[in-house]
Amino acid sequence: MNFDYTEEQSMLRDSIAKWAAGQYDFEKRREALKSEDGWKKNWATFAELGLLAAPLPEDAGGLGGGPIDIAVVMEEFGKALVVEPYVSTVVIGAGALLAAGDDAQKAAHLEAIAGGERIIAFAQAEPKSRWALNDVSTTAKKDGAGYVLNGQKAVVLGATQADYLLVSARTAGGQRDEQGVSLFLVPKNAKGVSTRDYPTMDGARAAEVYLENVSVGAEALLGAADGALPLIERLVDEANAAYNHEAVGAMRMMTSSTQEYAKTRKQFGRAIAEFQVLQHRMVDMFMHTEESVSMALLATLKLGESDAERAKAVSASKVSIGRAGRFIGQAAVQIHGGMGVTDEMRIGHYFKRVTMLDSTFGNADYHLKRYTALSAKAA
Amino acid sequence: MNLDFSPEEIAFRDEVRAFIEQNYPAHLKGKAMREDLSRDEFLAWHKILGKKGWSAPAWPAQYGGTGWTATQRYIWLEENARAETIAPLPFSVSMVGPVIYTFGTEEQKQRFLPGILSGEVWWCQGYSEPGAGSDLASLKTKAVREGDYYIVNGQKTWTTLGQYADWGFFLVRTDSEAKPQEGISFLLIDMKSPGVSVRPIKLLDGGHEVNDVFLENVKVPVDQRIYEENKGWTCAKFLLAHERAGIAGVARSKRNVEKLKAIAKAEIGDDGGPLIESPDFRAKLAQLEIDLSALEMTELRTLAREQAGKGPGPESSLLKIRGTEIQQRLTELTLEAVGNYAQPFPRGLGDNEFSIGPDYAGPAAPIYFNWRKASIYGGSNEIQRNIIAKMVLGL
Repeated sequence: MNFDYTEEQSMLRDSIAKWAAGQYDFEKRREALKSEDGWKKNWATFAELGLLAAPLPEDAGGLGGGPIDIAVVMEEFGKALVVEPYVSTVVIGAGALLAAGDDAQKAAHLEAIAGGERIIAFAQAEPKSRWALNDVSTTAKKDGAGYVLNGQKAVVLGATQADYLLVSARTAGGQRDEQGVSLFLVPKNAKGVSTRDYPTMDGARAAEVYLENVSVGAEALLGAADGALPLIERLVDEANAAYNHEAVGAMRMMTSSTQEYAKTRKQFGRAIAEFQVLQHRMVDMFMHTEESVSMALLATLKLGESDAERAKAVSASKVSIGRAGRFIGQAAVQIHGGMGVTDEMRIGHYFKRVTMLDSTFGNADYHLKRYTALSAKAA
Repeated sequence: MNLDFSPEEIAFRDEVRAFIEQNYPAHLKGKAMREDLSRDEFLAWHKILGKKGWSAPAWPAQYGGTGWTATQRYIWLEENARAETIAPLPFSVSMVGPVIYTFGTEEQKQRFLPGILSGEVWWCQGYSEPGAGSDLASLKTKAVREGDYYIVNGQKTWTTLGQYADWGFFLVRTDSEAKPQEGISFLLIDMKSPGVSVRPIKLLDGGHEVNDVFLENVKVPVDQRIYEENKGWTCAKFLLAHERAGIAGVARSKRNVEKLKAIAKAEIGDDGGPLIESPDFRAKLAQLEIDLSALEMTELRTLAREQAGKGPGPESSLLKIRGTEIQQRLTELTLEAVGNYAQPFPRGLGDNEFSIGPDYAGPAAPIYFNWRKASIYGGSNEIQRNIIAKMVLGL
């Protein structure tokens, strides 16, 4: 048993922290979010720092790291409130290519991802699917060697910045059938693809994606037709495992900033940190943070286990971390008083980000149900 | 003891329901939870009620109240919540009005109460300061007497909708030597006075609801002081107790439970059926309704005591705590109910508002974030518990 980072992982962490402190402070972040292409400079830096290459294999231009390297990156992103589409590109996009792509597909995308020249968004959810991964109404109909796609994808995170969309579509079966789902890598500029872009609650960007008679060649299909659902399940588990570490980074910041604030804010002639009711609340924040660290690690360390083991660990972590994020976020705002609900202070933005993360790929309730179902299956 | 409405009360309910249906402005339907209304939109219903004589049912009849019983007032609030009307301005009718008719001079009553009742004059609150939040009595805004005037200097904050205000009621320090609570006076200040400036504070939901108010050598006639000099804390406490009782918001929470149920009927749950049929969501809704019933009965008991001539006392802290906890719980469940369509936030960066996903999804996240204020304002819920511990339990 060993919970230590390697030297390389520690260096990776330090380099992100240094960049965030200098180039991504709260004001610079705000400016970047406001501007249309503020993210581009950040993305180029991610490439320079090796964050995009970190988890990719060396023969694909990567650095040969794995989930722990992603965990390191994500926790620092959580602390710095980075909202660029890292997970959809590196964890989901690259992950899908590595798992199911043929040599030509890998060659076409992986090096570009590592070099910062390819951004992928995961066009999975649909207006009526909520978080059910098997609920797919978007269709892909065979047309000669290729396919024609039709449908609407909902709240596609990072679609604004993406140049490729990883689309789940139904090639066979009914709306909620487990069989019959396929994955396609579709250029966003393909004819018939249109998007409606908007900001999300955390200041990131997302879009509704409309696919109208989008013709793609056979090279767009990733893996075998009809059988993509187990891969989608795995990719989403990996994405959630990564997001967990981001949530942990945000929780650490909320917990420590709240303590700092309580030590300096004076009311009734003393620091409010001296009031026992607030001390206990901050202790609870601390305990929730520590448990979240544990659960995030548990999920990440089990990503390589069987499908059932992995899924249970990830759902368990999403339950703990979703609830912890809510508690910590609300308590942090409460202890900051009126300042906590202002746009001007960082604290509320962490609260928004953990709220966003909870509602991404299944909230705590969804994962409690999934965990229960998985346990029942195993019993 | 019973909970039934008498035939007279049922007739009253039908009367007010019909009045609301016939008179509430059509273009303001469904906008009650919005924080981004214009001044005219906020005041439209208040003005209609002013003409009818119904803008301040809780006031004693001699000052312009309706003379209704507690039950009638309860019915009135229920019917307004049912129709989702925009309430008459609380800073005016629930806060400064009662202070003026309780502590003001005859002349002050005649000068200020009519504008409050009619909705012509917008009042705002100047209580909190950057250094005086929960510890309100430590406020530093200073008023120095010069002849028939006070010269006021300082900064107030969290002034809700101060951008629309004609007048403000302010707590100021008139004696720096005395104990904190004993050197405070209650002043009414014309917001157009030279030296008053209002600066917006942007909140997490992207809206402009609160403000900083700066007072720089503002000249305030002494006849705009309510009650005695250095006795303003008495008015302040009285006002806070009124504010707390009002913010339980039972009738509106009941209405919002119905809205939540409608959302849960429209949304698909995780197993493909309507969310409302999901056992765990139903259990959460049931718990919320039960908590709301307990709050409602408690509020009715408080109203009955008030009717018997006992004004809202420290017990109103209970209503504030539980009322805001339930309001916040409602915003949480609504957020959960709308699923991933809670994520789009077109308001966040100043874009024109447009709807993504179902219409009810858009406000879920902004309201969830905005409503964190409820356990902070009007004296944080921690402070309310201190008040109960000290004033009710004698601990």
